[in-house]
Amino acid sequence: MNSAIQLIAIDKRFGAVHANKDVNLDIARGTIHGIVGENGAGKSTLMSILYGFYEADSGEIRVGGRAVSIRSPADAIHVGIGMVHQHFMLVEPLSVVENVMLGAEGGPLLRKGEAKVKAELARLSRDYGLQIDVDATVGDLSVGLQQRVEILKALYRGADILILDEPTAVLTPAEADALFELLRALKTQGKTVILITHKLREIMAVTDRVSVMRRGEMVATLETTNTSPPELAELMVGRRVLLRVEKTERKPGAPLLEVSDLSVIDSRGVLRVANASFTIHAGEIVGIAGVSGNGQSELLEALAGMRQPVLGSIRFGGQEIALDRHNPHHMRQLGLLHVPEDRLRMGLVSAFPAFESAILGFSDEPRLGHGPILDHDRMVEDLTQKMEQYDVRPPAPRLKTSKFSGGNQQKIVLAREIERRPKVLLVGQPTRGVDIGAIEFIHRRLIALRDAGVGILLVSVELDEIMALSDRILTMCGGQITGERKASETTEQDLGLLMAGVTDEAA
Amino acid sequence: MSAPIDLPKWADTILVPAVSVVAAFLVAGLVVVGIGENPLTATRLLLQGSLGTGEGLGFTLFYMTDFIFVGLAVAVAYHAGLFNIGGEGQATLAGLGIALVLNNLTFLPGIILIPLGILGAAAFGAAWAAIPGYLQAKRGSHIVITTIMFNWLASVLIVYLLVNVLRAPQNMNPETPAFPPQSEILFMHEVFAAFGIEIPASQLNLTLFLALAAAYGVWLLIYRSRLGYAIRVVGSSPTAAVYAGISPARIIVVAMVISGALAGGLAVNELMGYQHRLLLEFTAGYGFVGIAVALMGRAHPVGIVLASLLFGILYQGGAELAFEQPAITRDMVVVIGGIIILFAGALEGLFRRFVAHVMPRPALAKA
Repeated sequence: MNSAIQLIAIDKRFGAVHANKDVNLDIARGTIHGIVGENGAGKSTLMSILYGFYEADSGEIRVGGRAVSIRSPADAIHVGIGMVHQHFMLVEPLSVVENVMLGAEGGPLLRKGEAKVKAELARLSRDYGLQIDVDATVGDLSVGLQQRVEILKALYRGADILILDEPTAVLTPAEADALFELLRALKTQGKTVILITHKLREIMAVTDRVSVMRRGEMVATLETTNTSPPELAELMVGRRVLLRVEKTERKPGAPLLEVSDLSVIDSRGVLRVANASFTIHAGEIVGIAGVSGNGQSELLEALAGMRQPVLGSIRFGGQEIALDRHNPHHMRQLGLLHVPEDRLRMGLVSAFPAFESAILGFSDEPRLGHGPILDHDRMVEDLTQKMEQYDVRPPAPRLKTSKFSGGNQQKIVLAREIERRPKVLLVGQPTRGVDIGAIEFIHRRLIALRDAGVGILLVSVELDEIMALSDRILTMCGGQITGERKASETTEQDLGLLMAGVTDEAA
Repeated sequence: MSAPIDLPKWADTILVPAVSVVAAFLVAGLVVVGIGENPLTATRLLLQGSLGTGEGLGFTLFYMTDFIFVGLAVAVAYHAGLFNIGGEGQATLAGLGIALVLNNLTFLPGIILIPLGILGAAAFGAAWAAIPGYLQAKRGSHIVITTIMFNWLASVLIVYLLVNVLRAPQNMNPETPAFPPQSEILFMHEVFAAFGIEIPASQLNLTLFLALAAAYGVWLLIYRSRLGYAIRVVGSSPTAAVYAGISPARIIVVAMVISGALAGGLAVNELMGYQHRLLLEFTAGYGFVGIAVALMGRAHPVGIVLASLLFGILYQGGAELAFEQPAITRDMVVVIGGIIILFAGALEGLFRRFVAHVMPRPALAKA
């Protein structure tokens, strides 16, 4: 086999964490190779070693059969490895050309370099069918196009091997399809693509071979055609997993949260939610489906009291929320709790030890301390118990929040909110960046919560998740609620049309 | 981009600052060599002058008291994500507060007057810090800019008041009449004398204990109290604060009020403990030293106390050094202080990398 990259016996420890254990991987030239694994399985560490962010404690990297030493991203680029990060490394106010030439300007005066870059970009666009306006400002481009700029950057620097880290996490389904087209085009031109993802459907759709990592070890490398999503899921988790949640039909109870004609503007004064009206009853999950950025975030923030609506009213348990009491503190007291969409920026404080993150929003609770002083022992004890119930790993309440994997961080947030017995729970992107084993756990918890009579509003960009969990589904597009369906009576196509703004009246 | 450097806590809090201080002294030594003096002699004189005699130690601890207050002031604001460089102005106004309280309530006994004077200092310092805090919270005016401007305002205001309003008519100097004697905070040598122990006389007074109590109080506030929790949430992640229902605007003002009140401690030490009247420029730039102290102490009260001691040694020992070796002027001592600030504050990352590199790996793994 003609190898593009060989990793031989790579080993890496971070303190007590053995992130990569004797990992061997052989990636054939001109293929798309998927790497799957739960969060914390060591995929990102392995790729960071390959791209020079970290150095392996031991082991060898061979590129094109030749042993190389990669000590920095510059070394990686030098041997033809390019990386597209999950969070783009782009300068938004600059144009596409300027971003591509950043760090490769070719001299103190930009003009010559710019002409060269433009010519090269034209060639790349032709070869791979990448349509992009090279003079456009990157900040104005859609997320999908920004990702293309990242890919162009890597190709311009002569990448033969392209690593993509969770590339579809930020894309709409259509954008993801376009990306896969592009990856296939790259493959036919002889490039090698390494695709890191936790979405098995993508692995099946686009890769030639797939490697599975679990707890720092490479547990299998398979031909994609010879495997199936259940087999991969089992390899990832190390046991059988239910990919569908089981839930029984249940009759919703009394109305808990009544929203009428709610309109919300964002900090720039743009109308993000327009005249939204709906009701959440006890014991039901209402899902909001929509492409990310269509007002779901602002709706959640308004309901949680973080953002004042400009129009409309919110009633909780029959009582209207007065404007001057519309704040997160009051909403929490009423029993409306909130698992925010962005756990790292909102739900937790990454610099805090976990036990301090685990009281975010509740630091005024009398039982957590004596008068103005917080009782750390009690907080630690509290979280130790929750970590056990929610199977948080490692069960170390004093560990810094940022050291937990995404799934475990999310469990800490969920434990904090759910264990305070909400009447209504707002849940935003509960499983974003969360591994399969944890997704199953989180879904079961939400269903159990519904069965216990809690009203849940679920916002997710994963249509599968919305359809699996919800009793009723609302679709949002451009800040408006474009439709409502019973989950049992709808299809992905039907919802897709509503999400695109084709309303019942128009259809 | 590079990998984050993870160090065990003890290395982070003790080893890294220690390495940077040693490096700073080495570079400062080179400077001393450069002007043709012997750095070892200079070091000996510096330590001798600051720690070697009872009197020298007294002065060192007196300066340390000043630095603890201003260092804590910077640290509290820092935990809320604010860079309060207005310690000078806040301490100046605190001095005004002291003078107004003490010279208007001369009929009160010391046991009441001294606490009132301290409260006056805290209140005036707090008020002077609250204005930039409010402007930052409500109008987004950057606190660095406004606190610098408020330093100037304070300095000009105090000149005006001392020349035109507060000066005793027969006095040629721009200073207030002496504070009532019962309001003087006791000198340490007086306290010791009362117990029959003879120690050399110096400016050191009981305010040192107030400073240490303030350090404990700040630790309790920042790391153990509900308010401190809110302050740190705002400082670490303003979006998380909004989610949690903590108002960043309110916390910014509160943190600045506490910060300004702490800066007022400088005026307590200098005026109530030593000068016993309000005069011009008693802050002597110590408010700015507080920034270096807080940076070096990593905004933690224990670190601040240690860093304050170091700067106390530098100030007192430096003065002795300038006196003993005229080639090394007062300015040279400032240069050495500057090098330490540069190394401890700005170049800390460099030394973190160095420490991480030389530390044995098993030690890292254990952490």
